Amino acid sequence: MSPRRKHPEEFTSYYGRPILKKPTWSAVDIAGYIFAGGLAGASSMLAAGAQHSGRPSLERRSKVLALTAISASAVALVHDLGRPERFLNMLRMAKPTSPMSMGSWILSIYGPLAGASAASNVLGILPRAGRACGVGAAVAGAAVATYTGVLLADTAVPTWHDAHEVLPFVFAGSAAASAGGIGAALAPLAEAAPARRMAVGGAVVETLMSFKMERSGQLSTETLHQGRAGTLLRLSKAFTVGGAVALALGGRQSRLLSTMGGLSVAAGSALLRFGVFEAGVASTLDPKYVVVPQRQRVDAAAQKTDSVGV
Amino acid sequence: MSVTQLGMPSIGVPRKGFFTDTSLCIGCKACEVACKEWNSVPADTALELSGESFDNTSALGANSWRHVAFIEQKVPAADPSANDGVKWLMSSDVCKHCTHAACLDVCPTGALFRTEHGTVVVQQDICNGCGYCVSACPYGVIDQRPEDGRVFKCTMCYDRLGAGEEPACAKACPTKSIQYGELDELRERADARVAELHERGEEGARLYGHNPEDGVGGDGAFFLLLDEPETYGLPPDPVVTTKDLPVMWKRAAGAAAGLLLGAVAVFWGAKN
Ligand code: SF4
Ligand code: SF4
Repeated sequence: MSPRRKHPEEFTSYYGRPILKKPTWSAVDIAGYIFAGGLAGASSMLAAGAQHSGRPSLERRSKVLALTAISASAVALVHDLGRPERFLNMLRMAKPTSPMSMGSWILSIYGPLAGASAASNVLGILPRAGRACGVGAAVAGAAVATYTGVLLADTAVPTWHDAHEVLPFVFAGSAAASAGGIGAALAPLAEAAPARRMAVGGAVVETLMSFKMERSGQLSTETLHQGRAGTLLRLSKAFTVGGAVALALGGRQSRLLSTMGGLSVAAGSALLRFGVFEAGVASTLDPKYVVVPQRQRVDAAAQKTDSVGV
Repeated sequence: MSVTQLGMPSIGVPRKGFFTDTSLCIGCKACEVACKEWNSVPADTALELSGESFDNTSALGANSWRHVAFIEQKVPAADPSANDGVKWLMSSDVCKHCTHAACLDVCPTGALFRTEHGTVVVQQDICNGCGYCVSACPYGVIDQRPEDGRVFKCTMCYDRLGAGEEPACAKACPTKSIQYGELDELRERADARVAELHERGEEGARLYGHNPEDGVGGDGAFFLLLDEPETYGLPPDPVVTTKDLPVMWKRAAGAAAGLLLGAVAVFWGAKN
């Protein structure tokens, strides 16, 4: 047995060495990028709703928040790539089989729209065009918040790939939770009702979908419960649920509860992204997440042909 | 939704490949050395002994485009008073040049491309270092050089193939464990070899990556193994990740629509 392995394995492998390569991405860059993108996209939705329902403070703050968040995510992306011109290189083709290529295009449509609507609002210029951009940013923002589920799932990383059917919904709920939460923390109480509802609704979807992902019965879901990822995801739920309860019960009357609850929900959303990221990384390090399910599949197929053939 | 599914058949000339017959491998590592020499692949920084096998290369990576695995297996002695024996398996691993290559599918820049020989190669001047291909490869082949950011892997000696030469590893292999040629012809040769080994009583002999119906559409580099794939550090039943991509995009579209509806709903009836 390999000295690197603490327990003898119940399956065959090559000295317990990983079969897959560990993702080359750093947690801060990629989990941070996914969190900031979701926050930005859903904030643009909140901003568009606010602009059409006459909530100027919520509108301005959400627009500025969206622009800030998407700028932060662009910085994370460029940091991950190493050099700024590499972002432009991303746009040398549009490739539907590459979620990263599609994502780069989604970002280059969304970013300018979010920027223009924030600029128009803050500077008070071209209000009609600014509002149109605001609506555009809301629609593109929905894509920004959800494509990242495909980005992670379209890999051989067991935990991410096995979650491919729910991950976009987990991330969509989480995006709404973070944008609503920070919106509720920033906006005056009189205008914060939609933000609060978005935070609570997002928190509910995020929590239910995460449970679904964690209980799918696949072997790889183990990594969502263990180690660092398990801790992050447990913390995430505590922050998300606690914050949502505070918002739902006291967010309407209390400035303090609105702020604390909102920030807590947003923190829960961020922790979720880091937890999912870490769980994926963990699933590439132990060959059992590759070997065991694939071996079961092969054996089941062999048994089927045997019983049909003989 | 695999671009390679669309692009593969029309290369015009017979597809080239590797057939690695591990029953012939003597673990001499000539392939590893020849590959490094010909392709100027840098050495990994420190000389590290893994301490668990004769295998100190450990795995395929950005700086190891061929990797010889050494598997020691205990053979229990029939006579309880005798010492147990040891059996050796050796196998030279390499990029599989998959028919449905996940690395190629997910590369956002087109740096990875399908060559006129049907192989998969990284164009180093275009690679963005995003690392997406690294996480997409179901075999854990392609990897990043951290100091450089870009990714590297076996090119099946693209430059030599163009000049009508065989890859450096195949040329250097003293036992013909690594065979290069037209894929169809190699598959026939492999079938014959498996039959021959079975006849000789080598029950464990089997082909790996030869079946065009498998999860990656068959490999351009396939193997004759003497044990289960996982014994050699190979996944038993890899599937190209982009196979599920249509479902994933549909789910994302559904989630985006739900998000938009939800955003409308939170403002519903709350008009100031
Ligand atoms: S083995 Fe991996 S790196 Fe090689 S072609 Fe297949 S997916 Fe790409
Ligand atoms: S690291 Fe390079 S080759 Fe790999 S997907 Fe990114 S751009 Fe393509």
